[in-house]
Amino acid sequence: MDDAVAEQSPLRILIADDSDSDRLILKTLLKRLGHEVLDASNGLDAVSLFQQEMPDLVLLDALMPVMDGMEAARQIKSLAGERLVPLIFLTSLSEAGALARCLEAGGDDFLGKPYNRTIIEAKINAFNRMRLMHQTLSDQRDLIRERNRQLTEEQEIAKRVFDNVAHSGCLDASNIRYHASPQSIFNGDVLFASPRPAGGMLIFMGDFTGHGLPAAIGAMPVAEIFYGMASKGFNGQDVLREINQKLTRILPTGMFCCGAMIEADFKLNQVQVWNGGLPDGWLIRSSGDRQALPSQHLPLGILAPDQFNAEFERLGAGPGDRLMMMTDGFLESADRAGNVFGEQGVIDALAHLDHSEHPFDTMMSAVHRFTGGFKDGDDLTLCCLEMSAQAGFSPLPDRTAPSALAGPAEWRCSYEIREQTLGEFSPLPLLLHICMEVPGLRRRSGEIYTLLAELYNNALEHGVLELPSEWKHSPEGFGRYYLERKRRLGYVEGHYIRFTLHHSLKPDGGRLRVVCEDSGRGFDFRNHPSATSGAPPEGSKRYAGRGLQLLKRLSESVRFHEQGNHVEIVYDWHFSGAAVNQGDVAR
Amino acid sequence: MPIQTRRDDDGKTLVIRIEGRFDFSTHQAFRDAYEHGDPDIRGYVVDLSDTTYLDSSALGMLLLLRDYAGGDSARIVIENCNNDVRRILSISNFEQLFNIR
Repeated sequence: MDDAVAEQSPLRILIADDSDSDRLILKTLLKRLGHEVLDASNGLDAVSLFQQEMPDLVLLDALMPVMDGMEAARQIKSLAGERLVPLIFLTSLSEAGALARCLEAGGDDFLGKPYNRTIIEAKINAFNRMRLMHQTLSDQRDLIRERNRQLTEEQEIAKRVFDNVAHSGCLDASNIRYHASPQSIFNGDVLFASPRPAGGMLIFMGDFTGHGLPAAIGAMPVAEIFYGMASKGFNGQDVLREINQKLTRILPTGMFCCGAMIEADFKLNQVQVWNGGLPDGWLIRSSGDRQALPSQHLPLGILAPDQFNAEFERLGAGPGDRLMMMTDGFLESADRAGNVFGEQGVIDALAHLDHSEHPFDTMMSAVHRFTGGFKDGDDLTLCCLEMSAQAGFSPLPDRTAPSALAGPAEWRCSYEIREQTLGEFSPLPLLLHICMEVPGLRRRSGEIYTLLAELYNNALEHGVLELPSEWKHSPEGFGRYYLERKRRLGYVEGHYIRFTLHHSLKPDGGRLRVVCEDSGRGFDFRNHPSATSGAPPEGSKRYAGRGLQLLKRLSESVRFHEQGNHVEIVYDWHFSGAAVNQGDVAR
Repeated sequence: MPIQTRRDDDGKTLVIRIEGRFDFSTHQAFRDAYEHGDPDIRGYVVDLSDTTYLDSSALGMLLLLRDYAGGDSARIVIENCNNDVRRILSISNFEQLFNIR
């Protein structure tokens, strides 16, 4: 409604005066101004007329029989509730105390008797403007309140959808401690963790620019990609590349995601970290030594796939070592005066680490102490992963009830990767995927992945690249090993790795036969201690030796052929689902 | 006025100077500063000598400017950052996208 028109439009005015002549004069005057008039001769009638007719404005004589103006004013104001109904006293009173009582009873103003047409008209117009302004404000407030309710409801629904997509994965594992507020998704923070099929874990922490739904919306595809790919055995690099590629495509310029990926391998005592735009992460060793893991990359969602660098930093980390990552919100935690916790807060807290306390608790209590409970924890995400030999071997959830009748049972396939593809592509997710089509193998995905991964890594690193595993015994050699691995992958002309998978049914289950051949020179398996005997060689910590032990424990048999560059393993599964190979692979 | 612009280098370089906080509240003013479609402009300088604070939405705005100025071929210099601002730019590795001096 147009305000100017509203201001001109006739009002419904209630007048109450016990003097018939005064009432008639006022009524005639108001009618002549174009208003509709209701009249009463005492307070009680005025209140009941008000209740029936809901007038826009009330003019009340202060002194009336039955119920005086003051009491009528109180009742009318209470009946009007939130609505602003201007109430003007008609009075010949002039004593200050009496006038004040009129206002206390709820009156908004006075009109002196005898009436002056010009003043009445001006006051009615002034109060009508106030009434309309009040109306507009209340309408807007109601609208905002309604919108806000809708928004909260929508966020609630969005959050439920998000929680389904981005379930907490393995964040509840015993070696992970984390803090993320339930609404953190609307601050743009995400935290995902997934066990890897071969053991080990993948953790992703992200912080989208902006707040609210726009920040939350990018999190959905990231969750899908992360959980989808991690459970299929893709490594952190592959997952990161995919996330970056997706975000670059869907996010508008100017919106991006600061993030970090952690890939922990508890078997190799190794952790790999990629940090793009998050504050320094920390590796806190059980010895008390610390190492910062600063951001070395642009955030996700900025660079085109061909410019994106998914190079991880690789660190040796043994049981008891802990890795900590946090989002910006942690550093920006502020006290009442607006001072922020900052990097210095983190460094100070780390300097006071105490062996008896978990670093996660130290950090959280440091930030709580700092903020003094002001705006605590509503916008910060902190995660701490502990390297642990027992971790990461929780089986993947059983999605389908196993049935040997559904899915392929008798099949054979051969897959070979050659030349520079050896350095660029891992065939493991693909091979695992093929095996997972067999329901009886699906529940053993961890073991199958481990078998394939051990065979493949052995063929690539020791077979094709001829890297000596002894290098990995020392921290310096460890770095050298991976530098050399990268260098040698540039010279793989004429090389290949070939997998042949053969699955068949047996009366009580099935048998998977995996043959892995490579183009390398092989090794003298006839005289290699761990290839011939069942026990690991005394005092040997060779990773290759450990890999072989693992293969032997998981499968029925491991056999070497040719000059050692041809390995064949046999893996059986049974309908009952009872594990036959009870080997504790985490040992 | 928290954002001021001037021409340098015979009018071929647009210098955008931001005072105080460079965050979402400056979004529109920052865009207005460069979105005028002047064909003479060859390069940009973002002068942060009086910028006290910079947040992730400011990083987003810098990316928008980069896009506007031609993406990978954009010529953008970010200069005179204080230590805090410099730190935020380097955590996000923006040296890879901008000439920061």
